Amino acid sequence: MTDLQQPLSDDLLVVTDATQGLTSESVSPARLAIRRYLHHKGAVVALVVLSTMALFVILAPLTARYGVNEAVFKTSAARPNQFLPPQSVAWFGTDDIGRDLYSRLIYGLRVSLLIGLVSALMGTIVGVSIGAAAGMRGGRIDDVLMRVTDIFLAFPFLVTLLIARSFLSSVSWLEPITGPVTSVRFVIVLFVVFGWMVVARIMRGQVLSLKEREFVEASRALGASNTRIVVKHLVPNSIGPILVALTFSVSGAIVAESTLGFFGYGPQPGAGQTSLGNLVGGAKGALLPGYWWLVVFPCVTLVLVALCVNFIGDGLRDATDPKLDMGGH
Amino acid sequence: MLRFVLRRLFWSVPMIILVTFLVYVALRLGTDPVKSYLRVNQRASDKKIQQYIEANGLYTGVGGYLRGYFQWLTGFLTGDWPRSIKGSREVWPEFKAAMFNTLRLGLVASFIGITIGLCLGIFVALKPGSLRDTTVNTGAFIAVSTPPYVSALLLQLVFAVYWSRWFGEPLFPTSGVYPPGHQGFDPFLMLKHMALPVLVVVIQVVAVYARYMRASLLETLNSEYMRTARAKGISERRVLVRHALRNALIPIVTVAAIDIGAILGGLIITERIFSYPGLGDFFLGAYENGDFPQLMPWMFFFTLVVIVFNLLADVSYAWLDPRIRLD
Repeated sequence: MTDLQQPLSDDLLVVTDATQGLTSESVSPARLAIRRYLHHKGAVVALVVLSTMALFVILAPLTARYGVNEAVFKTSAARPNQFLPPQSVAWFGTDDIGRDLYSRLIYGLRVSLLIGLVSALMGTIVGVSIGAAAGMRGGRIDDVLMRVTDIFLAFPFLVTLLIARSFLSSVSWLEPITGPVTSVRFVIVLFVVFGWMVVARIMRGQVLSLKEREFVEASRALGASNTRIVVKHLVPNSIGPILVALTFSVSGAIVAESTLGFFGYGPQPGAGQTSLGNLVGGAKGALLPGYWWLVVFPCVTLVLVALCVNFIGDGLRDATDPKLDMGGH
Repeated sequence: MLRFVLRRLFWSVPMIILVTFLVYVALRLGTDPVKSYLRVNQRASDKKIQQYIEANGLYTGVGGYLRGYFQWLTGFLTGDWPRSIKGSREVWPEFKAAMFNTLRLGLVASFIGITIGLCLGIFVALKPGSLRDTTVNTGAFIAVSTPPYVSALLLQLVFAVYWSRWFGEPLFPTSGVYPPGHQGFDPFLMLKHMALPVLVVVIQVVAVYARYMRASLLETLNSEYMRTARAKGISERRVLVRHALRNALIPIVTVAAIDIGAILGGLIITERIFSYPGLGDFFLGAYENGDFPQLMPWMFFFTLVVIVFNLLADVSYAWLDPRIRLD
């Protein structure tokens, strides 16, 4: 017995030494997450690029050179302002009625980012609630809900989007909420109706894996209600996956808005406004005559925004995944 | 195994009916078939309208929807399809032609795309963190973030519009299966027309599958049984092919079966841009007119494809991975 105990306590000593060495530099989870995020080069670059773009967009009246509906100069027979290639008076060229594409891109991005952020936020809130309810309740409702979302998610998204669009626009009592079919609000509602499914699935998975854990049981033993458990324990513990899903739904909504705009079903945001979808849609007509700037700049902007948001999502996934070992911390 | 498949097959029937009924309700409410009929045929007599309503079972009220759905379903299954609202054409011949066009495009593109994607994924996973890994990974990330219409527009701009300015004639045509007025079968001309649409779809598919393959293979390579396999002393090549690749492909087969919707979604957008007369073009054309007799078979067909491939995913997963219990 004593023979055995000796080496054991030695081992224990070593172990405690090792933990002391590790804990000498104490790092909070948040700081650890930031460190992991900074380790992802693409995500850092994306954050910088997107912040710059956001700054340009927020300060649109200062950064745009012309108004959204303003021609670069008064057109005349001697000096027409339509379809000017990129030059000093219009950096990204002008469109069919002589408006500056650069300024319009800034104003368009403003609307598109708004659509992306608002619809992703609202969709995530709805998705988290439904996913949490399905995960906590379980049973038949959960089965049916998840099967149906599976099927809907498996459909080509443009088809679902278009059918949901005409469905939403035909239900007359929804009109006060959605506004007219071509409004920005309608598109946001459409994306929320559609965007909760992915989040709900993720949240449900989280709830299923967390709800049997000891801390949830402890909380339940103390008399906490389901709602309290979800709000106080399950959501904070799933904040990583939720944030990642939120980020990807921002880029999803921006791309979806452009897709709708490209096919002519996008929002027509008010007088004198535009969106990325409108500008990308305008590229179709500019293609065959060879006005390349009207094709290249909107497309590149769209890809750049989507790429940056996706990179940020990727970085967030790394940052919030505690299993990921960076080595050297 | 057989019981599992049969049970899933059995359950997929009510699933199909439920989903297509939901689709039916959404289409009836959303596109309002009678109103679209009147919009397309503005001088239709009352008798014609009544005929149209009865042929399609467009009754009102909750009971009318149920009755109409089952009338539509029996007509659909017995081959008695109502005619399209525009020009009163038969739906099936056009649908069949579109289906074959899409099948041709989709099969060629998925075959090329999946092959290249898997190879790239393997190539990259063998040296994680290397320069080629970062390059391919970043490239795939960019491609995944690029919607198909953007790549289509840019490709058309370079290879058709500007190519014809630089070299006199476009390298690839931008639309159709054949030039307008062409008669007969010409494989070379057809390939030339398919080149750009195929390329657009291939870019997407390659990016998606390279990423899947990389992730899956990396996970397999880090598992315990790889060490066991090496410890047994078999050659590295055999370890890779027999142990790593085979196991890494299991999740990919499942993903591939579920992903069919995404590939078809890419096809719809691509077909539209290249005016390629496939199912996507068919759908968007029908949607624009609100053509209920054309939309319903399309949606039914897609529901069928999606559910069948979901089933295939489950079955193939269970079949490939003996650890999965079929209950």
